[in-house]
Amino acid sequence: MTSVSASKRPSPTLLISIAILSIFVLIGLVSLVALPQDPFDFITDEPFRPAAAGMWLGSDYLGRDVLSRLMDGTRITLFMALSATLLAHLIGDTLGLLAATRGGFVDTVLSRIVDVILALPKIIVGLVVVAALGSSIPVIIGIAAVVYSAGVFRIARALGNDLKEMEYIKLARSRGEGMGWILFGEMMPHVGKPLATDFAIRASFAILFMSSLSFVGLGVQPPMADWGGMARENLGGLSTNPLAAIGPAIAIALVSIALNLLVDSLDGDARH
Amino acid sequence: MSDTILTVDDLSIATTAGTTVLDGISLKVCRGEVVALIGASGSGKTTLALAALGHLRPGLVPAGGSVRLDGTQMLTAPQTVLNRMRGQSAAYIAQSAAAAFNPRIRLGDQVIESALLHGSQTPDRARARAQELFRYISLPTPERIGTRFPYQVSGGQLQRFMIAMGMQEEPLLLVCDEPTSALDVTTQVEVMRLLKQVIADNQTAALFVSHDLAVVAQIATRIAVMRAGRIVEIGETQQIIEAPREDYTRELIAACQHLSLHSLTQAPSRPSAAAAAPALQVQGLNAGYGRVTDGIPQIPTLRGVDLTVGKSEIVAVIGESGSGKTTLARVVAGLHAPAAGTVALNGSPLAGLDMQRTGTERRRIQLAVQMADTALNPKHKLRRILGRVLAFFHGLKGAAAEARMRELLAMVSLPEHYLDRYPTQISGGEKQRVNLARALAAEPDILICDEITSALDTIVAGQIVALVKRLRDELGLTIIFISHDLATVASIADRVTVLRHGRVVEAGESAAVLSAPKAPYTRLLVASVPELRQGWLEDAAATRAALATELETSRRGAA
Repeated sequence: MTSVSASKRPSPTLLISIAILSIFVLIGLVSLVALPQDPFDFITDEPFRPAAAGMWLGSDYLGRDVLSRLMDGTRITLFMALSATLLAHLIGDTLGLLAATRGGFVDTVLSRIVDVILALPKIIVGLVVVAALGSSIPVIIGIAAVVYSAGVFRIARALGNDLKEMEYIKLARSRGEGMGWILFGEMMPHVGKPLATDFAIRASFAILFMSSLSFVGLGVQPPMADWGGMARENLGGLSTNPLAAIGPAIAIALVSIALNLLVDSLDGDARH
Repeated sequence: MSDTILTVDDLSIATTAGTTVLDGISLKVCRGEVVALIGASGSGKTTLALAALGHLRPGLVPAGGSVRLDGTQMLTAPQTVLNRMRGQSAAYIAQSAAAAFNPRIRLGDQVIESALLHGSQTPDRARARAQELFRYISLPTPERIGTRFPYQVSGGQLQRFMIAMGMQEEPLLLVCDEPTSALDVTTQVEVMRLLKQVIADNQTAALFVSHDLAVVAQIATRIAVMRAGRIVEIGETQQIIEAPREDYTRELIAACQHLSLHSLTQAPSRPSAAAAAPALQVQGLNAGYGRVTDGIPQIPTLRGVDLTVGKSEIVAVIGESGSGKTTLARVVAGLHAPAAGTVALNGSPLAGLDMQRTGTERRRIQLAVQMADTALNPKHKLRRILGRVLAFFHGLKGAAAEARMRELLAMVSLPEHYLDRYPTQISGGEKQRVNLARALAAEPDILICDEITSALDTIVAGQIVALVKRLRDELGLTIIFISHDLATVASIADRVTVLRHGRVVEAGESAAVLSAPKAPYTRLLVASVPELRQGWLEDAAATRAALATELETSRRGAA
């Protein structure tokens, strides 16, 4: 069955989403090596200067190059989103499958903690934690990872609950297999695909969440900026250089759409 | 009987990939006639039966020929015509009643649903008809039972509701797909008797799909033997069972007789090793669900069960669903904690749960379960399934493990190249062999086989039983063979323990217990084993009726 789906032609949705995502990853990588301008340098005295040659997206509220800042922000945004989602999945998958297989006390305690996390408004949690610890990239990644691991936990636990009723899991346990083998040897091959699908959609949530944090001024601190931060700081110039605020907004939208398309096509494959 | 209801003419059906599933089938079913389709799984019998309803499963396309039901071309008819015909002209009785009913809708409403949809009966008329049917098929309190939900009735009753649903609009053709395969033997007798009566009284034509020749012989007027999409032989029931023309038919009959109680007399009785040194001893076992008070759980499934198994002995545990036989297997294997009583391996008592047992203890008791589908991880190749057990218990890796895996496959008569296959790429019987091979990989002393043949058709089940017997003879394994089917057990067990409602009703040498059963329940079980002769069904139903009162009193006495 695996060989059939591998030899199948990929769907256009999949190709489009992969193309968009690759372009952004490429921009992120390029920004490490070279940028059109220094993203932190005031290259003109005029804030919100409209686009012109050498300054393809104009200048921002301090007269910095929007294009360079956008490219620099791509790297920061993608890095933060991916590491937060990865962490969320590491925590959520392991604990979710563990809760499903162990059941009883472990399951109850973990599930109730998750209920609490899910009940709290994400942005408020972010606000409180940032107020206590100060804003830095690791702190924001940490908040996003914990907040989103709750949702991942729910999904992994549900998948695990279906699986643990399978005789091969029971037989493995009666043989005396350790938790490691049962989680990663017996269960992982079954939950890999649905969890990968969740990973993609969860990453787009994380981007939106961290952009929202930045938008209310709690995210990445100046002079660095992720996309949400840029949209916020350039909001005042919508009439003179709209690209400064709309550019990063479009980037957020594009990546979110691409990730959702990716999920759709992965999900379609999973059904076969 | 000249009025033909169903005409299948030179019908061929193939998969979209081009593999032939049915190949040039021609068949006629007349009013009042029951035509049985019999064959192993994969012979195309269900495909043919569904084609009579104008239904092809996804991935199948007609490749030629026609199916006419009461003058309508079923394979080319538009969906609206088919919808109207199903229920009115042709009804379907599925194998698994539990899966066929919606658990959240009252049974009475489901039975009359199609009549209301078709507008063929007014709601009042439909309900009256349903009640009449409930009374006719002997459901208790026919006026009220329709208000129950599917989970509030037993499996046998649910199957009867399905018959009622099928008969609601008095169809011309009844298609029965293994209607009794999922039932206990004792329940099967009752449902078969009713089905036969319903068909005879209404002069309905019927297609009856089954893999069990003995069951089919009771109800069919004609039998069509199918193999690989073709009809091998078709004829009157008597001719097929008494004077078969084809080798394959003879093979089916032989498999059927192999699994009958008559084989018992030929089996040489082995000296009982139990008294000398029991390999496994279960004493005063209580188990169940819920809170335990004074060694008795809230919902008990086993009550004071004793079981002694001698070395290299095959002991069968028999009972119908709900008798506690699977719980017994799980307690012995350490998957279910007992509430009271002891399980001793070679004289030394075992801890209740697997986690408290030592690695050697766990290795020495191995369990093979009924559903090979869920017993083998579908994402692992056989190499990984077997290899893991070898690495886990014996630390075998690399070439040594590879050699041992080949040896294990040879032991269960599977080719070596199967190591690179996934469980989804092999047949049900082969999966059960792998299941046994995995248990053997641990090199156990005791092998528990929990209903390992129940999901298999007669011929394959016979092969698996023969394999289990051979493994005992060659490896000196001690085997607990759990089954609801006396016939399967009769051919291999040295001793038999009969369970009912969690208690042992009878135990002893299998020849003695099965040829001269003492307890009424065992007598009922023995009488319920289908025999390949016409008229058996009526005898069995009579025995059942005669024993009913006796059983009721014995149960009340026990409780």
